[in-house]
Amino acid sequence: MRKQQTFSIFTGILRRDLKLAVRAPSQWINPLLFFLIAVSLFPLGVGPEQNMLREIAPGVIWVAALLAAMLAQDSLFRADFEDGSLEQMLISSRPMSMIIMAKVLAHWLVTGLPLIVLSPVLSILMGLSLVGWWALLLTLLLGTPILSLLGAVGAALVVSVKRGGVLLSLLVLPLCIPVLIFATAVVQTAGVGLAIEGQVSLLGALLALSVTLSPIAIAGALRVTGGAA
Amino acid sequence: MWTWAHKFGSPGYFYALAGKVNPWLTALYIALFATGLYLGLVVAPTDYQQGDSYRIIFVHVPSAWMSMFVYVVMAVFAAIGLIWRLKLTAVLAKASAPLGASFTFLALATGSIWGKPMWGTWWVWDARLTSELILLFLYLGFMALQAAMPDRQTAWRAGAILLLVGVVNIPIIHFSVDWWYTLHQPATITKLGAPSIHPSMLVPLLIMAVAFKVFYLSLLLSRARAEILHRERRTRWVQELARSGQL
Repeated sequence: MRKQQTFSIFTGILRRDLKLAVRAPSQWINPLLFFLIAVSLFPLGVGPEQNMLREIAPGVIWVAALLAAMLAQDSLFRADFEDGSLEQMLISSRPMSMIIMAKVLAHWLVTGLPLIVLSPVLSILMGLSLVGWWALLLTLLLGTPILSLLGAVGAALVVSVKRGGVLLSLLVLPLCIPVLIFATAVVQTAGVGLAIEGQVSLLGALLALSVTLSPIAIAGALRVTGGAA
Repeated sequence: MWTWAHKFGSPGYFYALAGKVNPWLTALYIALFATGLYLGLVVAPTDYQQGDSYRIIFVHVPSAWMSMFVYVVMAVFAAIGLIWRLKLTAVLAKASAPLGASFTFLALATGSIWGKPMWGTWWVWDARLTSELILLFLYLGFMALQAAMPDRQTAWRAGAILLLVGVVNIPIIHFSVDWWYTLHQPATITKLGAPSIHPSMLVPLLIMAVAFKVFYLSLLLSRARAEILHRERRTRWVQELARSGQL
């Protein structure tokens, strides 16, 4: 019975958040447009030389994804905090980590997944090879959930701060550096035709670690900051 | 143990005790700095490869050690503060943050000054320099979070969670930066220095390291005393101190 309840709160919140996202599309479309524009600024800034673009492509795409994820994270708990539903979630008897996982998953589905869908377009823009694109796809698939989880820790910490978006980036970006390093390394290694299993497993390990540990930190942070609106 | 912790944790008792201990600590670090600098700058021999410019390690290495030490100390305060709700931990961690950031900045600045004659450039993306830079960002993030929240208690508990998240992440960041560096190692940098360090250089280095620790402790106590006075300014004991002219 209890297990069923836990599961129903997960699916309930997931469905609710997805519905909210569909009804207010600008919240997740804007970071996506930012991602697209930021990446297309680089050829304009450094010049249209194909070889150079191919070389910097993994870094550029990943840094842009990182910044877009930070922009999107700010809205994760804010609406719930402002209308009081976050407080209801905090005082409910259901496990907070389950609620958080549902919210983060819903948020990743509307902000992380579109980045992955967009990745073929970006690969063409930046002149990546087919192998490079597959590697990019793999790293985005493993890496963007980590960004969502780390970003959620930051979003939970700054939820009560007005205009906390910049602060959120300040707090979370340094923590995202390992993801950036391993993900770009995978794409670069794949580009020169070497085996990428090692780095991909390290990314997987980071994902496993953040899935298990960050809900605790997010729940702790929300208990501190999310109480009174 | 508990009565001791509560007695020690009470702001008034800590204020008085820190006030008594601090002059001794000040004398101690001045003596240690004097000895360490004399042994390091005058007595220790000139390095046959790097000349006299290596002598910056007597400031650079201790401040780099301190930059990591202070972060860990703050994380310990964070854990104690979250678990046992000791008020004093907030004061100590808040007083530590600018000190840790300053040590990190000092390590970066001296590393950069050292890099100019050794590497021929002010900055290289060396693994250790990069890790220090990220550590500086973590300090600044903590301080920004403290500054952004009007309520002191909320700010400290949020900051404590951030510190704990940071301390879990530091080894991962350090490892990934090391790995990134070996992947991209530029050819211009050669391995510096001999693999082992001569005692005539090691002894002043260790003395300087202890001097930096005592220096930090002394500054921490001064800053914590000032913070306590500010927080407790409405209490009777602070007002009595002020009236009797002891401030």
